Amino acid sequence: MSALPHAAGPFLDFGRLLRRFGFAVAPEQVSGFMQAVTLLGPRSMADIREAALATLAPPPDRRDEFEAHFQSHFYGDTSAVIEGDADEETRIKDDGGSDQEEIEEVSQQEGGELSSGAEQLSMRDFQRDDDRLTGFQRKLASALPARRSFRTVRTHARGKLDLRRSLREIVSADGDVPSPLLRRRQTVPRKLLMLIDVSGSMKLHTADYLKLAHAAVQGGDRVEIFTFGTRLTRITSALRIRDRDQALARAAALVDDWDGGTRMGPTLLAFLSVPRFSAFARGAAVVILSDALERGDHAELETAMRRLSARAFRLSLATPLAGDPRFRPATAALRAILPVLDDLVDGSSLAGLTDFILSLARPAPAAAVIWKRVS
Amino acid sequence: MTEVNADTVATSPEAVAQHLAASRYLADESLATAIFLAIRLGKPLLLEGAPGVGKTEAAKAIASLLGRDLVRLQCYEGIDAAHALYEWNYQRQLLAIRHAGDKEIDIYDDRFLIARPLLQVLRAPEQRVLLVDEIDRSDHEFEALLLEFLSDFQISIPERGTIRAAAQPIVILTSNRTRELAEALRRRCVYHWIGYPDAEREAAIIMLRAGDVAQATARAVAAAVRTIRARPLAKPPGIAEAVEWANAATILEKGGSPWPEAFRRAIGVLIKDEEDLSYIAPELSQIVEEALA
Repeated sequence: MSALPHAAGPFLDFGRLLRRFGFAVAPEQVSGFMQAVTLLGPRSMADIREAALATLAPPPDRRDEFEAHFQSHFYGDTSAVIEGDADEETRIKDDGGSDQEEIEEVSQQEGGELSSGAEQLSMRDFQRDDDRLTGFQRKLASALPARRSFRTVRTHARGKLDLRRSLREIVSADGDVPSPLLRRRQTVPRKLLMLIDVSGSMKLHTADYLKLAHAAVQGGDRVEIFTFGTRLTRITSALRIRDRDQALARAAALVDDWDGGTRMGPTLLAFLSVPRFSAFARGAAVVILSDALERGDHAELETAMRRLSARAFRLSLATPLAGDPRFRPATAALRAILPVLDDLVDGSSLAGLTDFILSLARPAPAAAVIWKRVS
Repeated sequence: MTEVNADTVATSPEAVAQHLAASRYLADESLATAIFLAIRLGKPLLLEGAPGVGKTEAAKAIASLLGRDLVRLQCYEGIDAAHALYEWNYQRQLLAIRHAGDKEIDIYDDRFLIARPLLQVLRAPEQRVLLVDEIDRSDHEFEALLLEFLSDFQISIPERGTIRAAAQPIVILTSNRTRELAEALRRRCVYHWIGYPDAEREAAIIMLRAGDVAQATARAVAAAVRTIRARPLAKPPGIAEAVEWANAATILEKGGSPWPEAFRRAIGVLIKDEEDLSYIAPELSQIVEEALA
């Protein structure tokens, strides 16, 4: 093996620099980069930049950052390294990113605060809630609504002829036709998407909700959990940790907007505007855990809910306020979104919620019909 | 179609851009570079971008630039090997067995094999270009299968053995980015993110693609569409929609509607979402007038 020519150094270093800033750059990509530069001439710096973009493949949402690193590395222009700008828009945080460690440090106290709150709350009927969650976790996978998959499974009754396997049988049986082999379209559980309100008005319930979310992630196959307040945070992978306390502490550390205000409309719109996230909602059972107390204008909330319901298989809102028997969907925001809701249910107790989620597969009249009957 | 050697066409990014323009596709410099690199490095080309920026068109243009047939594999949720690789024609096999009687017959012969897109390309890599469209719609399992195919360019058929490509086929993948693709797939490809073109290039594209649209109209459409895309719409209009809009407005204008009015009345071909339409309607006159100025 011969040593690399001196001129190749900067390209190799650029790959290392990117890796240090959390870009996934494989060795073969760096060698591809150098090959590309050779192929192109290179006649100018623009050629090197194009080659870097094409072979190192920075994700489109980190393109600006990539350009800044390119500038600083090849032009020595360090002022170009920019940090994420202060924003008007709803911040979105997707866990599993490279910035995880730093965040954990920042919001340690908040996580502590939360868990002490959780202890207080669950003192009452800790044991019973625990059993309930375990049961919920066990039953969830089979209780979720199902859809027919494209794939097929072998079956002995009620199915279509499996020609491929039958033919093999026929050939091996010398042209005899033994009993035909059948196959049937498989059914797979739908996705479950839970959006949890962590604003101040929901303070009493968030701890329970997170426990529920943890049980759901553990029990279900394709479950996604987001929290929203003034920001949107994806906490699914934190909740994948089996140990509940550890998982909840991790999730609590991820969320930055505990007990703040709610901007439900804008955050839900932000959720829908990220294609990767809104794809979670497609064909899924969507459960929003919130009191839907949207201050000010609810036009955005209405738009967001309509779009969500157009994507989702079933859109449900569980509000702790409905625990009160005198509750009626009377606020302007609730009245506006009631027509697009499939369910508007009581979210004040774990018992009610687990039963409700386990019943998602069974058909029920639309929320508007039920609440019309009540009032 | 006349066959062309890939390396003689792709001598430089500029040459690629020129050839693409000859097949009525205007690529910007960085797309031309990505295509050039993909052809010369022999790697698959992964094109990502919003719907309607011309990803599939780019693949068609590349096929015609190389003088090859385009084999398209449209992905969807639940696509499996039988739809991407090959399938046996069971009915024919059964008939053949019955027909053969006592004679010996090879039921795994070529005539019983239905070649699906990946196998089709593998058999004639010099005459075909493979387009794997909207890969983000398929499942993870299929992505893994594709990854295997893209690294070795071979398919194993249990009854027949392994089929290898005689030469490295040219493969183009497109994605709308509705979900994140596997890192391994991105790594293996030459990557290009197609954005919306700038107003000038879009005007040129409209001139090239639309029937007979005046240059002033094309410019105005490009400017207006650019403004409209900056709004938070559920479905921002793509390039094809812009071309349609220019066409429709021209037809209406010939039918007797004055200019700003013709644009307004033809808006249905540009924005195809009721909510977006009602969102943009109050501003539309102003946007059109500014664009016409």
